[in-house]
Amino acid sequence: MSEKGIHIEEHRDDEASKLGMWLFIFTELLLFGGLFLVYSIYRWQYPVNFHEASLELSVTIGVINTIVLLFSSMTIAMALTAIQKNNKKLALRLIAVTLLMALIFLINKYFEWGHKFEHGLYPGSDLMALLERGHLLYFSLYFFMTGLHALHIIVGMILLIIAYFKVKKDSVNSDRFVFLENGALYWHLVDLIWIFLFPLMYLIT
Amino acid sequence: MMSNGTDKIEYVSYLEHQGKYSGLRSWIFATDHKRIALLYLYAIATFFFVGAILGLLMRFELIAPGETIMKPQTYNGIFTVHGVIMIFMVVIPGLSAVFGNFFLPILIGAKDVAFPKLNLFSWWIFIFGSILAVASQFLKSGPPDTGWTFYAPYSTTTGTSVIMATTAAFVLGFSSILTGLNFIVTVHRMRAPGMKFFNMPLFPWSIYATAWIQLLATPIVGITLLMLIAERLFGIGFFDPKLGGDPLLFQHLFWIYSHPAVYIMILPAMGVITEIIPTFCQKKVYGYKAIALSSLAIAGVGFLVWGHHMYTSGMSENARWFFSLLTFIVAVPSAIKVFNWISTMYKGSIDLKPPFLFALSFIFLFIIGGTTGLILGSVATNIQVHDTSFIVAHFHYIIFGGMGFAFFAAIHYWLPKMYGKMYNFKRANIAWGSLFIGFNLLYFPQFIIGIQGMPRRYFDYPPQFQWAQIISTIGGVILISGIILMVYNLIMGVRKGEIAPANPWNGSTLEWQIPSPPSLENFDEAPVVKENPYDYI
Amino acid sequence: MDHNKTHITEYKVLAKILLLLIFCTFLTISITSFNLAAFTVTIALLIAGVKGFLVLSYFMHLKYESLLLRILVGSIFLLFIIIVLITFIDYSFR
Ligand code: HEM
Ligand SMILES: [Cu+2]
Repeated sequence: MSEKGIHIEEHRDDEASKLGMWLFIFTELLLFGGLFLVYSIYRWQYPVNFHEASLELSVTIGVINTIVLLFSSMTIAMALTAIQKNNKKLALRLIAVTLLMALIFLINKYFEWGHKFEHGLYPGSDLMALLERGHLLYFSLYFFMTGLHALHIIVGMILLIIAYFKVKKDSVNSDRFVFLENGALYWHLVDLIWIFLFPLMYLIT
Repeated sequence: MMSNGTDKIEYVSYLEHQGKYSGLRSWIFATDHKRIALLYLYAIATFFFVGAILGLLMRFELIAPGETIMKPQTYNGIFTVHGVIMIFMVVIPGLSAVFGNFFLPILIGAKDVAFPKLNLFSWWIFIFGSILAVASQFLKSGPPDTGWTFYAPYSTTTGTSVIMATTAAFVLGFSSILTGLNFIVTVHRMRAPGMKFFNMPLFPWSIYATAWIQLLATPIVGITLLMLIAERLFGIGFFDPKLGGDPLLFQHLFWIYSHPAVYIMILPAMGVITEIIPTFCQKKVYGYKAIALSSLAIAGVGFLVWGHHMYTSGMSENARWFFSLLTFIVAVPSAIKVFNWISTMYKGSIDLKPPFLFALSFIFLFIIGGTTGLILGSVATNIQVHDTSFIVAHFHYIIFGGMGFAFFAAIHYWLPKMYGKMYNFKRANIAWGSLFIGFNLLYFPQFIIGIQGMPRRYFDYPPQFQWAQIISTIGGVILISGIILMVYNLIMGVRKGEIAPANPWNGSTLEWQIPSPPSLENFDEAPVVKENPYDYI
Repeated sequence: MDHNKTHITEYKVLAKILLLLIFCTFLTISITSFNLAAFTVTIALLIAGVKGFLVLSYFMHLKYESLLLRILVGSIFLLFIIIVLITFIDYSFR
């Protein structure tokens, strides 16, 4: 280790940081869990309405976004592998690809939402107020859940951008990579939630 | 520290230690867990005092039927802030943020918590949330009047500033989550070498169990409050039956958090009592493992009983008997602890110092609160007393008689360690007496008129209840005087009291091995870990 | 220190997992296009569960983490499922 002189006082425990991240992920899971609970109750009460309303969504966009997210999840996992193998250039590229995927996801989402907005479908709109009960609930949940999810994408992106610069500056390297590891964990969480969101929102029969 | 064992580090207490900052900034930007604990202490004590005064105002309103000192809407506003302050700003952070922060690391032989900066950040979020809560009182739309439970659909339709208050609760919850996260990692990663889980004292055990509840239950209320806010802003209709929503779903979500939350309040209190009793009996705690594991059991089963708050709100019959059954099951581990405390005292050499007096009265009040809880847990009797002052009496016995008295016990127990000074025992005893008498006078009559039908959250009542309301109000005054005397005594102790020795009570756990007040890094020499932390002789 | 003994997941493994995940995605879509009544949700959720398991085990390295962490993650999902089930004790008998 080259920097022996520097970390005398610093207390470093990567395991602790990682455990902390996992615990944070637990809270995020339960945060979405509350929404999934509400979703399951209302879907159970209004199965037909939920089915009809879900036809408004384009499965194609949903699939594209699913694959985009899954792919980004892989690239960020690979970025971690690259850093562990001390391949800085590859790691930087993989993080960049991940960020690009995230951006594509958001742009897709933007168009998907924008499409709804054009039709007057947005929270608080006059049209929403006229909808049938189950339809209204479906779209409310749709906007609320995908919106919260998109917010998490943005937070994840910020984390990964920071990780990118840390890798660049070598403060994340093959010997200390917990920051990137945690950023990646967070990113996988976002993916994990989408895995459940996708069939529940787009594929209702 | 540069030195590593060869030359002795000179002892400087954390109160005097000079860091990067000085003056006030050395406190509000401190990352030392002990300073952060004191920051919480001062904030929470202030909120408690404000909340108590609000309680007293309600008591004066209730001294006679009809309007006495305030209008009905003012009363609604006051019981709501009183509840919000006491629940979200006093008892939920209370013991774990103050004493957990101060003593969890010390009791497990650590220098600090796992993430000191995050710890400071939690405090700042806590203050920010509290400011929001206070601000909700002064908005143009008027103070919220929903009660601290924010039940829909009233909360989605009332014109008062509910959004601000729920945002405050959300932010405060976030602070609670981060504290819990920090403590879990601390227990897993920071224990002194050689200290296994089952060598930890029992206060850390209870803080650990509590931290899990904070971490896992709070997100649910967080998302619920966000949904409530969205509903108010956009008329979504998650919960409002006018829009076809289901108000019961709000209650479910709310209590999925808020029942476990009562264990956030009471578990650390039980932990404190479990530290105090062996010390003042000079005896090994009876049934160490049973106490440790019952904390975890309470935390676990506590997640499954939320429906006992909803027996009368139209839940299905099956759900009602199910929740009732589980409620009775969760009473078992709490009872185990009571038996353990009593058995610990049996044949001990009991020393009636102030901390022990508070601990004893905790047990007494907790038994009253707990057994009346069983009355509430059984469906048939619950229907009779639901939403009456019986409930008010019950939860004050648990949270004030339980958590509150445990807090007082803790401060009397640990103050000499925290400040290195001792308070006056005689004054402490008098304060204790007036707290205990005042408390029972204040709340016991509410059980009786509750059974007779005095509703909760009403500013008015028929004259036949007045006798009890008068006794209660007198009790409230005695109680508040007790609080004032106690706080005065403690402040005088800190400022002018005698120097406290390192181990004034002859305690056996790690905090008593180090000087009072502790140095910045707590242990200048490696702590000696015992097989059983409560080994006397 | 022990911060170096982490398991390194090979690129090839990660790529294989991705293929599996994409396969599962299309499987869900084709299955939910038939109407199997109540079964569709169950199957869709089961497949989502498998996908989640893959992400957790390989992408999030849970397979190589301590037993404690694996138990914890499992318990979180269990806790959530129990809470949903209990809530349905109310809703399905009302
Ligand atoms: C200091 C003396 C206190 C007095 C005199 C007092 C008095 C009262 C009164 C009169 C009510 C209103 C009952 C009703 O109209 O339904 C009330 C409600 C409440 N109190 Fe206290 N209280 C005190 C301390 C505390 C403490 C320490 C806590 C918590 C640790 C607490 C928590 C609550 C809660 C949660 C409510 C319910 C609010 C609501 O209905 O939304 N109180 N209290
Ligand atoms: Cu409860």
